[in-house]
Amino acid sequence: MNTNRLFNILVPLISALIGLIAGALIMLGFGYNPIKGYAALWNGAFGDIYYFGETVRQVTPYIFTGLAVAFAFRSGLLNIGAEGQVIVGWLAAVWIGTTVEAPMIIHLPLAIIVAGLAGAIWGFIPGLLKATRGVHEVIVTIMLNYTALYSANAIVRNVLSDNEDKTPDVAGTASLASEWFQNMTYFSRMHYGIFIALFAAVIMWFIIERTTLGYELKSVGYNEHASKYAGMSVKRNIILSMVIAGAFAGLAGAMEGLGTFGYMSVQSGFNNLGFDGIAVALLGANTAIGVVLAAILFGSLKVGGLNMPTEAGVPTELVDIIIALIIFFVASGYIIRWAILRFKKEEK
Amino acid sequence: MTVKNRKLLFLFAIFLTLGMLLAACGGGDDSEGENADSESGSDSESNETTEASEESTDFSSAMVTDVGGVDDKSFNQSAWEGLQAWGEEHGLEEGEGFDYAQSNDDSDYQPNLNRLVREDFNMVFGIGYKLEDAISEVAGQYPDTNFAIVDSVVEGDNIASITFADHEGSFLAGVAAANKTNTDKIGFVGGTDSDLINKFESGFVAGAKTVNPDIEVEVQYAGAFDAPDDGKLIASNMYNNDIDIIYHASGATGNGVFAQAKDIKNNDAEREIWVIGVDRDQYEEGAIGDQNVTLTSMIKRVDNSVQQVSNMAMDGEFPGGEVLEFGVEDEGVGLADTNEEAYTDDIAQPVDEWKQKIIDGDVEVPQTHDELDEYLNSL
Repeated sequence: MNTNRLFNILVPLISALIGLIAGALIMLGFGYNPIKGYAALWNGAFGDIYYFGETVRQVTPYIFTGLAVAFAFRSGLLNIGAEGQVIVGWLAAVWIGTTVEAPMIIHLPLAIIVAGLAGAIWGFIPGLLKATRGVHEVIVTIMLNYTALYSANAIVRNVLSDNEDKTPDVAGTASLASEWFQNMTYFSRMHYGIFIALFAAVIMWFIIERTTLGYELKSVGYNEHASKYAGMSVKRNIILSMVIAGAFAGLAGAMEGLGTFGYMSVQSGFNNLGFDGIAVALLGANTAIGVVLAAILFGSLKVGGLNMPTEAGVPTELVDIIIALIIFFVASGYIIRWAILRFKKEEK
Repeated sequence: MTVKNRKLLFLFAIFLTLGMLLAACGGGDDSEGENADSESGSDSESNETTEASEESTDFSSAMVTDVGGVDDKSFNQSAWEGLQAWGEEHGLEEGEGFDYAQSNDDSDYQPNLNRLVREDFNMVFGIGYKLEDAISEVAGQYPDTNFAIVDSVVEGDNIASITFADHEGSFLAGVAAANKTNTDKIGFVGGTDSDLINKFESGFVAGAKTVNPDIEVEVQYAGAFDAPDDGKLIASNMYNNDIDIIYHASGATGNGVFAQAKDIKNNDAEREIWVIGVDRDQYEEGAIGDQNVTLTSMIKRVDNSVQQVSNMAMDGEFPGGEVLEFGVEDEGVGLADTNEEAYTDDIAQPVDEWKQKIIDGDVEVPQTHDELDEYLNSL
């Protein structure tokens, strides 16, 4: 048990390190100074209170999408649909934010809850199909991503605005934006959502580790048939798992809609929050605390990476390659796990 | 013993890599301190003074792309070429005197603008209307920096809005089409039926009818900028109706127009049909075998505008709060002459004549449907 825990900490750490080293080699190979490059990355993410605020802003939705993927994964489900769940959550939050009039104490929670519900519904569909018809959730969630993208675009264009590219801004009573944070961080778009995100991570930990529901979900993840034999409702647990996962992703959309942007625009493609969430969950070993840490790493890479061309002259394309390498090594954590295991065996 | 050694070696390797990383981070910390010093708000006064004293010699200019990226063969690329040309003109180096920041998605606009401001660039461009909101917000936060937005209008004392006289360029396209057509029937395909695209249409119709009042111009709107299939259908109808030249102002929808023209050429290489491109030189779009269906293109010189505005700001004449319209006069819009076989001197000559007339103010090119009606009645 103890070694297992050590493993879970060691493997992602080594993966991230190897990724960074591989990135450094690539930079060297192309004649750029890797120390300067990573210094620029660090500066771009934490070098200044403004960048710090932007990093926190980027980390917030990553925590949610990471949780969304991790939660489903704990019950053996691959939630590739976080992307679409984010979009419907975003749309729902902005819809409530722009059309409803209410005092903040009602308006803001309402917008957030409806966003979570929208995401939950988007997770319910693949959950239901998987539980009752055995349709693989990967296929359904991928297709629902596109459904969400194009439906949301049509609604933004035709319902929420008058044939324009974006909705009006959400009312002040539904906004997560914080003047206090903004003043503190030189007008970054850091908002109160980070607290909700951290709270959500605690909720995930609590559900998984401390409730019967969590126990059943994990059990279904380990062995469906044994769980069924033990008297658990596998169908119910599959659906519930996807619903809760979808709700997490929907909340990520609320963060974008109510916090970062304050509106929704017509999207020409996916914004990758959901797909990056898969990597975040993998790196975080599908645990709540791991997801938070991994989200911080990914948020820093994303925001800091923007600074590498400006400060260190590393071309944008190379930055993408380096970040992709880090993700690659993170995803191939199993290789490292295998290597360590082999190493241990020899020891015996 | 050996086993233990190996374990030690493994640990050592980990420490080494960690050390490397920390060293990298450490380097970052140092420069971070410097940056924080020079960039913190309390130092803004000293920043201003250095700016003022260095303005003549050390002016710098940068741009933020939209999601298209700096190599999009269109708007962003053109703007970056302009900025590079500007840098060359003044012997500046990339990264020091001029630079760009690429946006990978919509949420990157603000951090990118902020970054460039904090890197002490004196002039920052936002390329494309998508940066409207970000520019207006960031410009409000940094009143001492000059901003400019391309193809949109944003209010603010430190923001210059760069727009183009699309109607004037389209007028010349109309003149070219009227001189080229054999059937006296030409077509216009628009994206959405909006004020902006009406400008293109009005200019084009006016230009064609000025040359020959008997020319028929058929106008159709596809309703979208990203529907090449609709564009192809409309083009197919038009070419079947004896129309031999189509001018499109419809973004990617126009790719369908090109596709249809090339299909027809494929079946009947002898048939003379043409497309007039938009925004940038679409010569490559029209290539089919040895032939090319692109008669010419109505080019918007984003590069020229970026270069000019940078120069104005450098000379202390930044047009803050103004809406600049780049027309034929300052080479802001014009026709491409890359297809020499089709765009012959017989066409180039009248186009140049009318260009001169627009510059001299002899013609007032209509921008709206109402103005167009008035203009046509006065012919």
